[in-house]
Amino acid sequence: MPVLTIVAMVLMLGGAFFLTVSSIGLLRLPDFYARTHAVGKSETLGSILMLSGLAVYNGWELSTFKILFILVFVLIANPTATHAISRAALRSGLPPWTRKKKQNGEDNKK
Amino acid sequence: MSSFLLAITIFIAMLTAASMYRVAVGRTIFDRIIAAGLVGTNGFILLTLVGFIFGRINMFVDLAIAYALLNFVVVIVLGKYFDRGREKQP
Repeated sequence: MPVLTIVAMVLMLGGAFFLTVSSIGLLRLPDFYARTHAVGKSETLGSILMLSGLAVYNGWELSTFKILFILVFVLIANPTATHAISRAALRSGLPPWTRKKKQNGEDNKK
Repeated sequence: MSSFLLAITIFIAMLTAASMYRVAVGRTIFDRIIAAGLVGTNGFILLTLVGFIFGRINMFVDLAIAYALLNFVVVIVLGKYFDRGREKQP
């Protein structure tokens, strides 16, 4: 097995790991703003690792440059879209998540 | 390498199907929008992987570019549409 194929497999395994982290964070985190944290960063990093692994596996062709164009576009567009949605939610008055307080005003740190 | 690509593709398809729960059940409308953005991003990654499996990457990468551009435009437009900042101050 050539070296570039092994490099591509390692990059794609890393990308699959970060996409898994992103989906688990989207399903399990308690609030909308926490879910934007999962989508905006882990999804971008997983996409970039996966597409760069595919570009390494493809070799020097025209398709590689198209894949690199998608990579740069995702790097710019995905955090921008996440920031626009969270800004719209904050302007609409969605309150951020805090810990529940007891009735006498103390935090129940647990 | 072909079976590795097939395994990665099936795994990411299962992740996308699990993320559809947040699109269907999400508590606010913004949860649904951001989960739809994640499903779209996983969608064009799946398109690129399927292009490598079928051996026709020259065709599928153009479809992936179109999906990436449409995904970005859809999320931005929905964010502007559901922004009610002028009606009610946060």
